[in-house]
Amino acid sequence: MRVELDEPKCVAAGQCVMVAPDLFDQRDDDGVAVVLNSSPAPDQEDEAREAAAVCPAAAIRLVQA
Amino acid sequence: MTEAPYYPMQRESRCPFAPAPEVRAMPPVARVRIWDDSTPWFITRHADQRALLNDPRLSIDEKLDGYPHMTAGRAAAAPHIPSLITNTDPPEHTRLRRTVNGPFMVKRVEALRPRILEVIGSLVDEMLAGPNPADLVQAIGLPVPTLVITQILGVPYADHKFFQESSSKAISHETAPEEAAAAGQALGAYLSDLLVAKMADPADDVLSEMGQRVKAGEMSHAEAVTMGSAILIAGHETSASMISLGTLALLTNPDQLALLRENSDDPKFVSAAVEEILRYLTIVHTGVRRIAVEDIELHGETIRAGDGVIFDLSGANWDPAEFPEPDRLDLTRAARSHHAFGYGVHQCLGQSLARVELQVVYSTLYRRIPTLALAVPADQVEFAMEGVAYGLKSLPVTW
Repeated sequence: MRVELDEPKCVAAGQCVMVAPDLFDQRDDDGVAVVLNSSPAPDQEDEAREAAAVCPAAAIRLVQA
Repeated sequence: MTEAPYYPMQRESRCPFAPAPEVRAMPPVARVRIWDDSTPWFITRHADQRALLNDPRLSIDEKLDGYPHMTAGRAAAAPHIPSLITNTDPPEHTRLRRTVNGPFMVKRVEALRPRILEVIGSLVDEMLAGPNPADLVQAIGLPVPTLVITQILGVPYADHKFFQESSSKAISHETAPEEAAAAGQALGAYLSDLLVAKMADPADDVLSEMGQRVKAGEMSHAEAVTMGSAILIAGHETSASMISLGTLALLTNPDQLALLRENSDDPKFVSAAVEEILRYLTIVHTGVRRIAVEDIELHGETIRAGDGVIFDLSGANWDPAEFPEPDRLDLTRAARSHHAFGYGVHQCLGQSLARVELQVVYSTLYRRIPTLALAVPADQVEFAMEGVAYGLKSLPVTW
């Protein structure tokens, strides 16, 4: 699985950081999401899916490898 | 088509946590009548809200003719309100929101967790040392968010008493409207002065940070004061209501309260419990409002460009297609997809702060006071239903 972030869409709600802190962080100056790990380990895929599902701006896309 | 029912609708006093019965009985795409006699579309299902609240064919521009305003006052004010995150669409909205996200980032609000823990700890100490029974709204519900906000804004300790009294007056359901307005003005003037002081002598807080932005010409003094007031108002009544109503919901669902108390040390459990309580209560109950800027086909109806659209969040959060048995408070449920903070790019700016605050309160309060109980029968607890969010006038508790 590959995690892609559509950065212009991000509104920095922070939900991805709350549900998947190992995969996402927020940029210090404006809160925009940063992908820390775009290739989640198998045991992190559920978190990645939840992050994509709760993103209010639908800015996270998961691409099956 | 039958006559459009009036919106907002009244919750039933018999089951005050549930959406108004009409909300759940309406077809997925319906019409309601609002204060100005217009009949905007009314969308109540979770999947439809999720699709439409991210659809660029809907706008939040309240200056457009046909926008379904909340009240006559809001309609009259709309043409005079500058561009804010609450009345602009992307890309302008995105630009504005990025200037105010900083203080609400997850790492910034997580850093406040120890301080919030101290705040709730000393409030519980004070309540336990005082008269029994006590009013939980005054003892815990209102002061927790005030003290957290004083911390975030950087209000000096010497001013806490003024700040807390004025805030309570400005937002309490028990204050007369003129008195509430006067308290609000006093707070605005106070924040304006404090901003000036923070520009001269900055510290590690949000007003100082905004003061630096004002100095750099990135925002005006007035915008910074407006933002400071918005942090105060938006984060206050809502958090206070969630604390008091959440406590009532748990006291009337003792099995869930016991479960929460047993799992207070498990951050994952507490975090999920907060999401479920947010879903179950859905305190914002006057609808999220938009206007169509292009025609939209939905379930065989056509929403025309220029039509108003209202989304009732409690409808989505009690939609059995998304949350089976929605009238059951189930702290172990996967509830994170709820719309209690709205959905789409305008989803609540302060949601991470609210989450941390509620996680700390719910995991501390009932563990610290294991004998907490209602001091009156549940059906005698007085609700305050008239605001943008519902809450409690008071919550008499004993221990």
